[in-house]
Amino acid sequence: MTTIISISGLSKTYEGGHQALKQINLDIKRGEILALLGPNGAGKTTLISIICGLVSPTNGHVTVDGFDIIDDFRQTRSRIGLVPQELTLAAFDTVWNTLCFSRGLFGKKPDPAYLEKLLKDLSLYDKRNSELRTLSGGMKRRVLIAKALSHQPQILFLDEPTAGVDVELRKDMWQIVHRLRESGVTIILTTHYIEEAEEIADRVGIMHGGELLLVEGKHILMQKLGQKKLIIELKEPIQHLPESMLSYALELSPDGQQLTYTYDTQSNSTGITALLQAMHGAGLSMKDLNTTQSSLQDIFVNLVRAR
Amino acid sequence: MNIQAIKVIYKYEMLRTWNTLFQSIASPVLSTALYFIVFGSAIGSRIEAIEGVPYGSFIVPGLMMLSLLTQSVSNASFGIFFPKFTGTVYEVMSAPISFYEILIGYVGAAATKSLIIGLIILLTAGFFVDLQIAHPVWMVTFLILTCISFSLFGFIIGLWATNFEKLQIVPLLVITPLVFLGGTFYSVSMLPPMWQTITLFNPVLYLVSGFRWSFFEVSDVNVGISLSVILLFLSLCSALVWWMFKTGYRLKQ
Ligand SMILES: Nc1ncnc2c1ncn2[C@@H]1O[C@H](COP(=O)(O)OP(=O)(O)OP(=O)(O)O)[C@@H](O)[C@H]1O
Ligand SMILES: [Mg+2]
Repeated sequence: MTTIISISGLSKTYEGGHQALKQINLDIKRGEILALLGPNGAGKTTLISIICGLVSPTNGHVTVDGFDIIDDFRQTRSRIGLVPQELTLAAFDTVWNTLCFSRGLFGKKPDPAYLEKLLKDLSLYDKRNSELRTLSGGMKRRVLIAKALSHQPQILFLDEPTAGVDVELRKDMWQIVHRLRESGVTIILTTHYIEEAEEIADRVGIMHGGELLLVEGKHILMQKLGQKKLIIELKEPIQHLPESMLSYALELSPDGQQLTYTYDTQSNSTGITALLQAMHGAGLSMKDLNTTQSSLQDIFVNLVRAR
Repeated sequence: MNIQAIKVIYKYEMLRTWNTLFQSIASPVLSTALYFIVFGSAIGSRIEAIEGVPYGSFIVPGLMMLSLLTQSVSNASFGIFFPKFTGTVYEVMSAPISFYEILIGYVGAAATKSLIIGLIILLTAGFFVDLQIAHPVWMVTFLILTCISFSLFGFIIGLWATNFEKLQIVPLLVITPLVFLGGTFYSVSMLPPMWQTITLFNPVLYLVSGFRWSFFEVSDVNVGISLSVILLFLSLCSALVWWMFKTGYRLKQ
């Protein structure tokens, strides 16, 4: 897969002195769905805003389809659709007018047939002549999506698309996202929820405190997340693992008191029973048993500590 | 150049006017009519002609300027302030358009609206007083230049304003006094000498004077100077707006 967005050394310090982004490097692949995961204030919106031209970068470069976002902003911006985090709509416009406005802003000639289809796809067609202030929150969110898609962008940014959205609409939204992906659109979305990233994304980027801690294929990440550790405290310290136990993924602590067994909770057989039997057979006795699961929080903490 | 974008911004702004057509036109027309009744007919009948022009006719260019200036500033400032206030400006900022295209759209629409209002006032005035226009081409030139430069000025106010008070304070505290003291209702030569000198620092004087010249060939200052002043003001506003966009002033962090 080729790269569609390339971010290098991107930093942002806001006027007040707060550094919202620290040296972000990231390549986004054409046609993928990338989820940016991170707590409040991680810098997700700032990152998106820079790519879309809403915030000026302090340092670093971003190219979209090979074009620089500042020098060739017409090229880059015409390829991008943005659904902002906040529900920002002009209250007294009608759905139809606001859509025509968006399409024109991005330099596209009017195309009523396309816009009608778009509204139908988003179940908004009945509302096309309604004023925006009369719509529910979920409908407004869909109008924002329609606006972002009104100029047929190749890249779609969804900044927290599921905030304030019910289960039904969320399902619809993921269907829309999948359909878009099938038509070749690259999608970048932000979320606070690991489950959401898991459900929809191909790759997940984890942001924290302005840093991009890791970008990983979803499956690899889930494996990491799905891992559990069984910690076995031994009564007597040992120097080496017994011959009969070498086939297990065991780690012996330096002091010889502790064995750590890492296993995948998602696989059918964890191998714990066999391991305990093997220990018995080797004559090792245990003082204590303990299991830990790496949570997203752990991953954050580990990643932060690792720097 | 993104023609489509200019078109939709212009259309959008004009549509906003259309939706509030009654207020947009009724209020300037009504206030002008009131001025005519009070100053033109009631008081004006007791005032002798100024430099050969009956008082009722004499105030027409000034009254038009009064409306043009306030309308241009308030339309253009509101046009950009409101999307900034509601946040919908994000869309314009993320669109593939450059600052001059945004300007042409917003300022063009505001200027068009004031131009229409100016012409309506001229028609209204025609009902009250006799009007002859000595230099129609110059009259239209002054009209258009004024609409554009003050819409541009309004746009700057709209960008600068962070709340509704600020949005209203400039038209109220700056424009209105300048217009009233700029020879709208009198010839500067009627003032005491000291005030005549002070008035020369009022840019609106040059506008009103030049505009009045295009009607009656009567002016307080040379028409060439009037034209230069308005062009200077236009350049200053353009430079300021250029700087604002370049630095992302109030729009981009
Ligand atoms: N305009 C601004 N001026 C100053 N600081 C800002 C501005 N916008 C954001 N910040 C700060 O930058 C940091 C990152 O904000 P950002 O909105 O990018 O986070 P986020 O990851 O999108 O968070 P959330 O999940 O809450 O939407 C925060 O600490 C925020 O306070
Ligand atoms: Mg955010």
